[in-house]
Amino acid sequence: MLEIRNLDKRYGARQVLDDVSFDVHPGRMTGFVGGNGAGKTTTMRIILGVLAADGGTVTLDGVPLRDGGRRRFGYMPEERGLYPKMRVLEQLVYLARLHGLDTATATRNARELVERLGLSERADEPVEKLSLGNQQRAQIAAALVHDPEVLVLDEPFSGLDPIAVETIVDVLADRAASGVPVLFSSHQLDIVERLCDDLVIIADGRIRVAGPRTALRAQHTTLRYELLTSADTAWLREQPGIDVVEFDGDYALFDAADEDAVQRVLREATARGAVLSFARQHPTLAQIFKEVVQ
Amino acid sequence: MTAPAPAPRLTGSARLVALVAQREIMARLRSKSFLISSAILLLVVLAGIVFGSITAATPENPRIAASDPSLLDGIDVVEVVPVGTVDEAEDLVRSGDVEAAVVPDDSTPLGLRVIADSTEPRGLLLLLSETPPLELLDPDAVPGGLAYLVAFAFGIVFFAAGMSFGPTIAQSVVEEKSTRVIEILLAAVPTRVLFTGKVLGTSVLAFAQIALVSAMAIVGLTVTGQDALLVSLGAPVVWFVAFFVLGFVLLASLFAGTGAMVSRLEDVGATTTPVMMLVMIPYFLVIFFNDNPLVVGIMSYVPFSAPIAMPLRLFLGSAQWWEPFAALGILALTTVALIAVGVRIYENSLLRLGARVSWREAIRG
Repeated sequence: MLEIRNLDKRYGARQVLDDVSFDVHPGRMTGFVGGNGAGKTTTMRIILGVLAADGGTVTLDGVPLRDGGRRRFGYMPEERGLYPKMRVLEQLVYLARLHGLDTATATRNARELVERLGLSERADEPVEKLSLGNQQRAQIAAALVHDPEVLVLDEPFSGLDPIAVETIVDVLADRAASGVPVLFSSHQLDIVERLCDDLVIIADGRIRVAGPRTALRAQHTTLRYELLTSADTAWLREQPGIDVVEFDGDYALFDAADEDAVQRVLREATARGAVLSFARQHPTLAQIFKEVVQ
Repeated sequence: MTAPAPAPRLTGSARLVALVAQREIMARLRSKSFLISSAILLLVVLAGIVFGSITAATPENPRIAASDPSLLDGIDVVEVVPVGTVDEAEDLVRSGDVEAAVVPDDSTPLGLRVIADSTEPRGLLLLLSETPPLELLDPDAVPGGLAYLVAFAFGIVFFAAGMSFGPTIAQSVVEEKSTRVIEILLAAVPTRVLFTGKVLGTSVLAFAQIALVSAMAIVGLTVTGQDALLVSLGAPVVWFVAFFVLGFVLLASLFAGTGAMVSRLEDVGATTTPVMMLVMIPYFLVIFFNDNPLVVGIMSYVPFSAPIAMPLRLFLGSAQWWEPFAALGILALTTVALIAVGVRIYENSLLRLGARVSWREAIRG
């Protein structure tokens, strides 16, 4: 398990990280969400040791990380970067060897990844000749090529078309399934919502929420229901304990004061006509995010 | 849930340094501009040797007309063209068939007269005149022209290596910063390993290039029959190589450090200029002051100019046997100290993206 404890970071008078603590569990995808300048990239750079914290610790399985300890990490920095003039495959092999793999394993891994990420035809071209989307794939390959035991990816999906996103999602899910802790940040909350097992929300350098996504959702789920009937639903307004949020003839969205009120509405609706749909509304990550950050 | 069986990690620093150095060398060997500039350097050296052999070849003897060949007795560096009369001799001079003519003239103390067309035939006049006996007090000393040539040769080799490979290593450092690949590299290897690998890779290339140039010079001089020069240059060249190796590593470290201070290739000149000065000033000093023993003497101990000046003094025979050892020792100590400075600047500047890192920040951290 990757444990981040009490990270502090100041740039001059500005506190960019304030007592940041959270865990990244093995085998789980942890989504790291926050607005611009909230502290995501700073946190990730500290985890990778490319930036020094003013305070706090990062440990992997209880062992503090030192120089070289991160050789087992796979890292995709926010600012993308590979050698522009170096060929894709050759570059991946080089990076894998730099992370401690022998040449044969490095070459095998690089070939597999290039194939899986759909870069086979571009494998012998210099990175600078690739389209932006393909450069992004190469960047992901660079983070994965040395069989990392921990993955830290800063915005891995930005700049990718939907098909590429699916490919990457598959690859990352595989890694997580094999027991690797995966931390990734993203602005695309719909992808995070679909992909992550755990969620960490950061705002103004402070962790607002950290924990399993399902628990978080349950916590933020209210008694909000959606009703679609064959008849008019105007009668809802007269029901005790019901607050109508949206109304459109045969459709209504309402908040109920308690479970009893919900059941009364359902009984009333079936009595008045056919109920086409009656469903509890779960908040989207975007809604939870807004609520948590405010 | 079980973690994947971790692959064995090969983490020796030496292996990582070699990997970084190897990449550096391959990247350079793939660059067209590097290959072209190397080819030009080799061609220039080759041209110099061929030119040297042409000018050194004995010129043809001048043709001189003489109505009485005995007038030119004892002068064997001219080709005598016998003529019957003075008029005939004048005709040949006018037509350009001969450079000049010598005819008897009893009205002069020498008993002869020289006829030339429009310019004075100085060589012939010297041959015909009496010269007083000459005694050379130091017949073994190196003539001034040759001293200049050797100073120039040592100077240009060190200067060319510094000027071509120095900025190359600075650019290579900036490239890693500007493309942000540095974040991936630093997450994998310690800063010192990266620094050492880059300096080592570039140095190996520089040494290889110089070795190639030297090999070609030796073969070229031998083939064109100028090997006498080689013999007198032998020991100074060996010393030059020793000084060159240390001096170059010193410069490369400073270039790597100062290169790390900027984030864009366009800005690299701003911080590397002081190091460029350290390459240029000794070169120009040795070119202009190679005949001034005091200046060359001082320069042979100053680490930045010692690689040029000390071998020159050895060639001129003006250095005691212990002097190159002392100068090499000073250079070695300075190199160690300045590698430390280079590493420090490099470490402090590498991850500071954006604006140029100030000297104070770079050195203090």
